Amino acid sequence: MPRVSVEVDGVKYDDDVEPRLLLAHYLRDRLGKVGTPIGCDTSNCGACTVLLDGMSVKSCSVLAVQADGKDVTTIEGLGDGQTLHPLQRAFHEEHALQCGYCTPGMIIAALDLIRENADPSDEEIREGLEGNLCRCTGYQNIVRAVRRAADDMRGPADTTSAPEEATR
Amino acid sequence: MTAAPEIGSARLRSEDARLITGQTNWTDNIQLPGLLHVAFLRSPVAHGRITRIDAEPARGRPGVIAVFTGADFADEQGSLPTAWQVTEDMVLPDHPPVAVEEVRYVGEPVAVVVARDRYLAADALEAIDVDYETLPPVLDMDEAIKEGADLVHADKGTNKSYEWVFAAGDIDAAFRDAPVVIERRYVQQRLIPAAMEPRAVVCSVVGDEYTLWSSTQIPHVLRLMLATVTGIPEHRLRVIAPDVGGGFGSKLQVYGEEVACLLLAKRLGRPVKWTESRSEGNASVHHGRDQIQRLSLAAEADGRIRGLKVDLLADMGAYLMLITPGIPLLGAFMFNGIYKMDAYHFTCSGIFTNKTPTDAYRGAGRPEATFAIERLMDELASELSLDPLEVRRRNWITHEEFPYDTIAGLTYDSGNYEAATEKAHRLFEYDKLRAEQADRRERGDPVQLGIGISTFTEMCGLAPSRVLGSLAFGAGGWEHASVRMLPSGKVEVVTGSSAHGQGHETAWAQIAADRLGVPFEDVRVLHGDTSISPKGMDTYGSRSLAVGGVALYNACEKVIDKARRMAAHMLEADEQDIEFANGTFSVRGVPDQVRTVQEVSLATFLAHDLPEGFEPSLDSDATHDPANFSFPHGTHLCAAEVDTETGFVKLRSYVAVDDIGKVVNPLIVEGQVHGGLAQGIAQALYEEAVYDADGNLTTTTMADYLLPAATDLPTFTTDRTETPATTNPLGVKGVGEAGTIASTPAVVNAIVDALRPYGVADVPMPCTPERVWRACRAGGAQEAGRAGGPEHSPRPGAGGGLGSAGGEA
Repeated sequence: MPRVSVEVDGVKYDDDVEPRLLLAHYLRDRLGKVGTPIGCDTSNCGACTVLLDGMSVKSCSVLAVQADGKDVTTIEGLGDGQTLHPLQRAFHEEHALQCGYCTPGMIIAALDLIRENADPSDEEIREGLEGNLCRCTGYQNIVRAVRRAADDMRGPADTTSAPEEATR
Repeated sequence: MTAAPEIGSARLRSEDARLITGQTNWTDNIQLPGLLHVAFLRSPVAHGRITRIDAEPARGRPGVIAVFTGADFADEQGSLPTAWQVTEDMVLPDHPPVAVEEVRYVGEPVAVVVARDRYLAADALEAIDVDYETLPPVLDMDEAIKEGADLVHADKGTNKSYEWVFAAGDIDAAFRDAPVVIERRYVQQRLIPAAMEPRAVVCSVVGDEYTLWSSTQIPHVLRLMLATVTGIPEHRLRVIAPDVGGGFGSKLQVYGEEVACLLLAKRLGRPVKWTESRSEGNASVHHGRDQIQRLSLAAEADGRIRGLKVDLLADMGAYLMLITPGIPLLGAFMFNGIYKMDAYHFTCSGIFTNKTPTDAYRGAGRPEATFAIERLMDELASELSLDPLEVRRRNWITHEEFPYDTIAGLTYDSGNYEAATEKAHRLFEYDKLRAEQADRRERGDPVQLGIGISTFTEMCGLAPSRVLGSLAFGAGGWEHASVRMLPSGKVEVVTGSSAHGQGHETAWAQIAADRLGVPFEDVRVLHGDTSISPKGMDTYGSRSLAVGGVALYNACEKVIDKARRMAAHMLEADEQDIEFANGTFSVRGVPDQVRTVQEVSLATFLAHDLPEGFEPSLDSDATHDPANFSFPHGTHLCAAEVDTETGFVKLRSYVAVDDIGKVVNPLIVEGQVHGGLAQGIAQALYEEAVYDADGNLTTTTMADYLLPAATDLPTFTTDRTETPATTNPLGVKGVGEAGTIASTPAVVNAIVDALRPYGVADVPMPCTPERVWRACRAGGAQEAGRAGGPEHSPRPGAGGGLGSAGGEA
């Protein structure tokens, strides 16, 4: 069995894996990183999106062996354990999730989108997230959240400041 | 100190904390010592007899622990339950969880593998050898009811499960000499619910105690049904719905896979897990809709409706599942919509086909009914050359007429259709868009503008038990809640509602905080585990707030009633003189003499000094059985730009003004409406489960079945009017399904409205570019025939998912 060396959310793992093992299953079943869910088997839904060396990938379409020597960031690696990442906070404050199953992938995909385009328009956000499906929200609040997070992440202010009022 | 009222406040959701950080407890996340993995072999044929199964090669595969066929389970697997005997002579076939002798749809389980990991289980499926003697598949409802048709269940002698009739008023008189009669045939295409979380089941057994985790909407119903099917005593079975990633009706079911996992854990004495793939889920999770509607509407020359005749063929699929036969009947009382009429006649035939069984999907019967009446109102307006809003005004129940007894036998308690319509009209800039439409028509613009209207109502908050009883439903419609006052002043709320994305943990805490006068943060809501929440009827039919929320309200009132007596004792006052507000008991006229609810709670816990005969607990529970359904309504307006050269439809604006009575959390309400709109629009434009001529589902993946992405949907404008429900103390109505119910006809009405000058009277759903384009070209013929669209739904055509293009031969 091939051996892989992967850093996931800041922790290094060395494992023997079957060549056919998907990265999504490696994360979930081997490492217990179950924050990344799987929503389909044809790479359409995007629920399993993670960052691989900073670029978003659908972890159901990547073999664990392809992640060898690479750095993986999942939803569990955002924020610093104390404060939320601006995207996580914006999804919460804009009510951009309901069942939450698509949320980890949606947030990671949005992170990659903002990396490429720090100030996306609503239309650019919709296009950028086309590979991530949500069945609950109708996307409107997701678009709003991503726009807000992009603003926060661009802003000169400290982006890890305390959350706003719990109600609005 | 008066806190802002919790009820009505846009609280951010408590449940988000785990969902946005990846700490969610999905069923597939669960790991147990010695956990084995399950995979199902499924029928590749729509209809066939199993003549031989050789599972031996699979048993020898590495890592395989066991392989069972339906025959191995035959003695103990029972038959999957149907809780709704809609007629006395309803044909109810046996439905083995794993097929034994015959398979009746592609995707039906025929064998099950248990292995050490999910890959090994999947590998072993390929080593099971099954011979099928194929039988002719029944795929078309019109064909299925013909004399001599092939049969889905040969032993039953018919493909018709039941015929159900409702009649009110003199329908013949209504149609006799009617100045206007509109006859239409509409097809409600088959849909796949497609919750983002695929189904998953984990089952463990310790001694004779079973625990089953399932991605289900109905842990309580599921426990009872699994106990009934398997013979495992109900009190030895605990069912847990952990975090559940959406349901939309698809997880309101007792699935064969759940039964099989229970039997596997029992046989093997080890925990098992099954997680479906999307492809197997699309074929084996129950589907929704699938009706052929034949409609006749009689009206006066001024547009007032005289009567309505509805004749439905409803596709049951291959078997009746939990409430399959009742789904179209939930629409039976809604075809009249918000309108007054003298006569109504409804017939529904439930038809078996060799397709995946159907059952509840968001709206469940009411979207189909609402589509029919709202499309008909537009057709009537067109026939009379009236504005479609004007036709509706001439027929709707006015706000002074509530409560109103409808022709379908329901009593609408409250509503104000005028107010919702006026607001929507203004937000939409209706007159301006009509002017633009006229201009585009005048100019012969290849991109035409259409305006679609849906002034809908629906019945939800399922349901008064006596009504369910009168419809021969197999259960009541109550809901349970309990409130536990902890000694530290914190509060635990236990609800029988079972959230799977709705936000009950937040909204229920708001209700309890508001009623008990405690901080929102001090309330924790527990649900979804039959050991923690022992009683419940679960979540579906937009019932949670209107039934479960009211149960919680009532339980809180009981807590306060008990606490009032204790407070009187503590304050040495007469109970009659105790006032309660904002969490504080005081003596009337003595404002500085107070005890907080937390102080009363602690004193009760200590129980050192109680009133005579006082039971030392404030904890209370309540079971609420609603007196009536709730009737949310609203006016939805859709503007669609239709490219007559390409058939492409772009939704330019969408205004939804909903009246759902009092609102507990406007943020959650807005989210429910958005998501509902997305699913209703998806039926109008994108989604269809397509079968080929052999009965293979061709839309098994998300590439083939077109769920809308962010680019496919417009930005919605949502607003509300507020006419409180009069049948519950919170004044609330359901909101979970309203958007889905309202939006489908709004979109199709907009498309047809855009194309009226082209002679188009209908476009079958989903209105793919190819279908719209063809309708433009065939429009004149459609108009000439006055048939209201082609008799048979044409093939879905390119523009739906990939699977639709290669669909019907």
